[in-house]
Amino acid sequence: MLKRTLYFAALLLGLALSIRAAWAQAPTPAISDDEVNRVAKQMFCPVCENVPLDVCPTEACRQWRETIREKLQAGWSEQQIKDYFVEQYGERVLAEPSTRGLNLFVWVLPPLGVAAGVVVLWQVLRRMAPTASAPANRPPGPAADDEYAARLEAELKERR
Amino acid sequence: MLANIGYFALVLALGAAVYAVVMGLLSAYRQNPIWLASARRAAFLTWPLITLAAVLLIILLVTDQYQVSYVSTATSRAMPLYLKITALWGGQEGSLVFWAWLMSTFTGSVMLRRWERDRGLMPYVIAVTNFTLGFFIALVLFIENPFARLWHDGAGQVFTAMWAPAGAVALTPADGRGLNPLLRHPGMIIHPPMLYLGFVGFVVPYAFAIAALITRRTDDEWIKTTRTWTLVAWLFLSLGLILGGRWAYDVLGWGGYWGWDPVENAAFMPWLTGTAFLHSVMIQEKRGMLKRWNMLLIILTYSLVIFGTFLTRSGVLSSVHAFAQSAIGPWFFTFIALTLIGSLILLAREWEHLKAENQLDGLLSRESAFLLNNLLFMGITASVFWGTVFPMISEVVTGQKISVGPPFYNQVAGPQFAALLLLMGVAPLVAWRKASARQLGRLMLVPFAVSLGVVAALAVVGVHNLLALVGFWIVTLVTGTTLLEFVRGTRARMRSSGENAAAALFNLIGRNRRRYGGYIIHLGVVLIGLGVIGSNMFQLETQGRLKLGEQLTVGRYVIVYNDLSAFQADDEREVHRAVVSVYRDGQYLTDLYPRRDLYAMQDGLQPMTIPGVRSSLEDDVYVLLIDWEPIGADGATFKVYVNPLVNFLWAGGLVFVFGMLVATWPSASEGRRATTLQVAASARAPVGD
Repeated sequence: MLKRTLYFAALLLGLALSIRAAWAQAPTPAISDDEVNRVAKQMFCPVCENVPLDVCPTEACRQWRETIREKLQAGWSEQQIKDYFVEQYGERVLAEPSTRGLNLFVWVLPPLGVAAGVVVLWQVLRRMAPTASAPANRPPGPAADDEYAARLEAELKERR
Repeated sequence: MLANIGYFALVLALGAAVYAVVMGLLSAYRQNPIWLASARRAAFLTWPLITLAAVLLIILLVTDQYQVSYVSTATSRAMPLYLKITALWGGQEGSLVFWAWLMSTFTGSVMLRRWERDRGLMPYVIAVTNFTLGFFIALVLFIENPFARLWHDGAGQVFTAMWAPAGAVALTPADGRGLNPLLRHPGMIIHPPMLYLGFVGFVVPYAFAIAALITRRTDDEWIKTTRTWTLVAWLFLSLGLILGGRWAYDVLGWGGYWGWDPVENAAFMPWLTGTAFLHSVMIQEKRGMLKRWNMLLIILTYSLVIFGTFLTRSGVLSSVHAFAQSAIGPWFFTFIALTLIGSLILLAREWEHLKAENQLDGLLSRESAFLLNNLLFMGITASVFWGTVFPMISEVVTGQKISVGPPFYNQVAGPQFAALLLLMGVAPLVAWRKASARQLGRLMLVPFAVSLGVVAALAVVGVHNLLALVGFWIVTLVTGTTLLEFVRGTRARMRSSGENAAAALFNLIGRNRRRYGGYIIHLGVVLIGLGVIGSNMFQLETQGRLKLGEQLTVGRYVIVYNDLSAFQADDEREVHRAVVSVYRDGQYLTDLYPRRDLYAMQDGLQPMTIPGVRSSLEDDVYVLLIDWEPIGADGATFKVYVNPLVNFLWAGGLVFVFGMLVATWPSASEGRRATTLQVAASARAPVGD
């Protein structure tokens, strides 16, 4: 984790330096639609719910994308732009719920639920199979198997 | 006039449904077969009555009778005939009539079956099905009346009512508002009916389960009786989901097929629990275990069906699919609560009778694999449910609405799907009762080695996405083990009967339809998985504004903007159609015609972006003409997606449907009971599972 963070920081630093270098020579390049979409993709507009901002055809969304473009032009980072929209319109603009406050539950409960399910299932299996510890030293005979599979195996063996 | 007749037919249908419930219950209480016969006839009667109402509504829609409020909102003169007919399920009121009609088709036709063995269940099956049916007819009559007409009092006041309010005269608009443009698509003919059929079909197994609980006949008779009904419902629901995905891909214009939209989730959740049910009933049939769990699963599935209809119809969650919003929410909510709580009380009453007949013999066994399968299906259902309702919870608790979008579902449900897929590959090789790890390992050896080889080859070729490699590994492994099942069965059959390979394979499947139909479905799922991995993890996209002759590059493809035409279509939409040429590695492939349609609706222009798509086994080039800026010859904005392997998804859908048909198709001969290997002589259970 730390290594990745360091690597990422170095990358950012390098990027910043090269941008600075470029800045000195040329005017800022225009922000492409793809760059706008990269941010817009992670957001929902407030009017047309459940349609990601990058593909929403409404006028309101067009204006939002324009705003994103302006902010990118002004050198804002993705996070800054998202924060800006959250501040203006609330958390609903984010496609991925944050992990703050109540929203933590939306992330935490499903894995906890599945984990609890695994524990319960294990208990149930143990309870349903009271002799669960015994079979380890009992060789599995053909009787224990699916008749179908057993028969198959037998026939396949015959053939060899 | 027609509207009055339609309304009256529905009133009679409600009467018949209520009568069927009351007489059905009374006949059981008093043991009166004549009353039961009467209840049965009433249950039949609902069908012609609702059919009449639906047909009359279609006539109103087709003949542009805009005084009827529903007709004026769901159609317009410019709409083609097929859309006017399908407008029956294009809006709130009509779709509830359609729902009720399909429901009565199921509840009526289940009355037609032979009831010799289980006549005792009949009163309760009648009561349960007609209770639900009555609820829906009541919704239509009292809250969402499709036959209500428009009136005005001369002072500018407009009323929507069945009969003229005092002093008001009829108001007939010159034209209707027309169907939401998103719904004006041939998919409208097939997708909603399939989905609805899938939904209402589950009423049959549910009703039998409840009848079994009430009559305390808690053996697995209700499961065997409703096996085909359940499979048919599941077939339609699966078809509905697949077709919905294809429709979204073709018209929604975002390069995808599944957006984890609440309404998609609403249809997906009963599918998940229904699929879990189809698997876990096998344990009950074969081993007499999991009786409580299966009851719980069918109750849950049916409740989710009603909940799904509630989500779609109540407007409680706004989404692209929730076109209609109305005040039926509380009614629905009460009904769901009643259904769920009532069913659970009945289940609790019979809890002790539903004990397992057998024990689990080994921790590693087909039984435990099925349990794990159920756990994963439940986990996914719970995750999807949680993500779907969480925005409402957040709104209630904090006052702030939040969005739970695709990233959440991909991260939370994705790993569970992967685990389920892996299990799907391993479980069929695990023996019933008690399996040995060594034997399982021996069986898995070849597929495992092959799958590792494929992954290694992919890594060498240049796939470095770790998640994708894991995905491809699972997909190859599952394909290998599933095919191995076919090979093993065929070889054994060739040995025992001396048939050639083709005949052996054919007979193997024919004699064990449910088992091998199931494996074909598994292969379909594998293909779908392959499509999802490809299109999710390797999708490329780019967007740019082009002048005529300019080009856009994405991956190996180059798109050149060649021409643009603007015209008005017959149905009054304004069309901009671009011509673009697609090149791959410098080679010309084809021309595509992405277009942008503008529909003049009462609340302004509504745009639709229809993609131009070039499909191949390898990938789809999906070009959209979008209006970030005005569209013209001097410049138009194009968005291009490359969706690798996405056609495996559709092919998988076809294989899936084929497998379902194999599994559902009624056997001509004694079918399942005739076992391939004639081992049944010594065993009590038939081999086919």
